[in-house]
Amino acid sequence: MVKFGATSAEVQVNYGVIVFPGSNCERDAVHVLTQVMGQRADLVWHEMTDLSAFDCLVLPGGFAHGDYLRAGAIARFSPVMESVRRFAADGGLVLGICNGFQVLVEAGMLPGAMLQNASLRFVCRWVHLRVDSLATPFTAGLSESSVLRLPVAHHEGSYFLDPPTLAELEAHGQIVVRYCDERGVLAPEANPNGSTGSVAGVCNLSGNVFGLMPHPERCAEPLLGGTDGRLIFESVERWAAERGARIGAAPARNPLVPS
Amino acid sequence: MTWLARVHVMLKPIVNDPQGEAILGALRSLQFGEVNQVRAGKYFEIQLDVPNRAAAERHADDMCRKLLANPVIEDYRIQIEDVSTPRDTV
Repeated sequence: MVKFGATSAEVQVNYGVIVFPGSNCERDAVHVLTQVMGQRADLVWHEMTDLSAFDCLVLPGGFAHGDYLRAGAIARFSPVMESVRRFAADGGLVLGICNGFQVLVEAGMLPGAMLQNASLRFVCRWVHLRVDSLATPFTAGLSESSVLRLPVAHHEGSYFLDPPTLAELEAHGQIVVRYCDERGVLAPEANPNGSTGSVAGVCNLSGNVFGLMPHPERCAEPLLGGTDGRLIFESVERWAAERGARIGAAPARNPLVPS
Repeated sequence: MTWLARVHVMLKPIVNDPQGEAILGALRSLQFGEVNQVRAGKYFEIQLDVPNRAAAERHADDMCRKLLANPVIEDYRIQIEDVSTPRDTV
């Protein structure tokens, strides 16, 4: 639980990292959350349904249920997902990374859909991200016009939105990060997979469910070539500390988003 | 009775299909210059044991909406065929 009145240094966020058959980034996530960030993190098998111990759920990367049919299409029916849906509806934080993002999209917890990369190739490289919204618990600690450097590794990461939905998400501040060059400029060459509008990550209307294709847990230590991933997790800690209360009690609509 | 549902799932026209474009390029390089568009999709053959054609159609439609197609990016088409053996229909 998040301690009441805790400062950022004292805050303790309890993360639950969901493990589907075929997930493969769950241990990286637990390592970073506990050893690097100093928080609590437990693995949660996909057949579990009690998520009451957690403040923030992480759906990690991998190939849940083999990614057969479409990435995330079968994982959305795992028993845990109904609980994840309720957890989010109650205001709990949910972070989907790569395959976890695909699962959230297939589950309808985030808008849009995933297609094969435009290149038809698996893409494994560093990308730059322009942060377009600070109005989520995952980005509130970043500064305006931040450019992050994170790695991507996926084959089915071309995020599709039809034009009206893209406009709607832009209007509601739900486009959180976009692929850009190192100066923060959007360019086709900087878009690794052909995503609509260079969108790399989006949140739901309330801002408490966030999915992105890049891997913050793979760049939280200098040894791995970058530490920008820490900023996402630090944001969650800061957000939790400022609330000074259990995150699950958050209002259904993010107060940071102007209505 | 046994029914065969043939299900085609195709990307909606608004959705880019890089796989179809790659196949189009390959066909053109094989001198099939008359080809002007290729769309790649998925095809499923599903056998069901239900009493009648209407039930087979309804169940297949349910499967498409729940799992086989993603309504955000895909359309689907279902054809039902009676594949009962003579013994079944006696």
